[in-house]
Amino acid sequence: MAMDAQEIEQMIKQALPDASVDIQDLRGDGDHYAATVKSAAFEGKSRVQQHQMVYAALQGNMGGQLHALALQTGLPD
Amino acid sequence: MENIVYTRIKEDINNNDVVLYMKGTAAFPMCGFSAAAVQVLSQLGVTFKDVNVLEDNDIRQGIKDFANWPTIPQLYVKGEFVGGCDIIREMYETGELHDLLREKQVSFEEAA
Repeated sequence: MAMDAQEIEQMIKQALPDASVDIQDLRGDGDHYAATVKSAAFEGKSRVQQHQMVYAALQGNMGGQLHALALQTGLPD
Repeated sequence: MENIVYTRIKEDINNNDVVLYMKGTAAFPMCGFSAAAVQVLSQLGVTFKDVNVLEDNDIRQGIKDFANWPTIPQLYVKGEFVGGCDIIREMYETGELHDLLREKQVSFEEAA
């Protein structure tokens, strides 16, 4: 079972409303994505904490329904 | 049950300077993300213990709960969770991984 990019973006934005989310479907198969997430909420957090916030936003789908999501996180430009 | 798994994880990450929880082994990774993590460590010439989560379902789930991290691979240096594949690669590219290894006094090939 895969998730579509829009669904992923919505879930991230629900948890991090200010986030800019850029999602690429790496293989065009709806199962391997790369996402760049930028949010002011990441301020002062380690990379691990930033990724954990995104994973938390995905509510357990990561590692389950969503097999591959390469993540890059950072503060807004 | 959970405690036994956590005890095993703690033993592994405390008794080995660098531990990589991965799918497959360092010689035969079974997933592209695990392979990428192995590649980074190999390029740095770091000696590490590989734990194949595919051989042990308790560890496979336990390590995710342990680090509150939903995916494999997971890298631990001196008992501390460093990150998954993306973070390992990013830290390698920026030189932060070198800094971390230096700081934790783990030997690696400086020139790499």
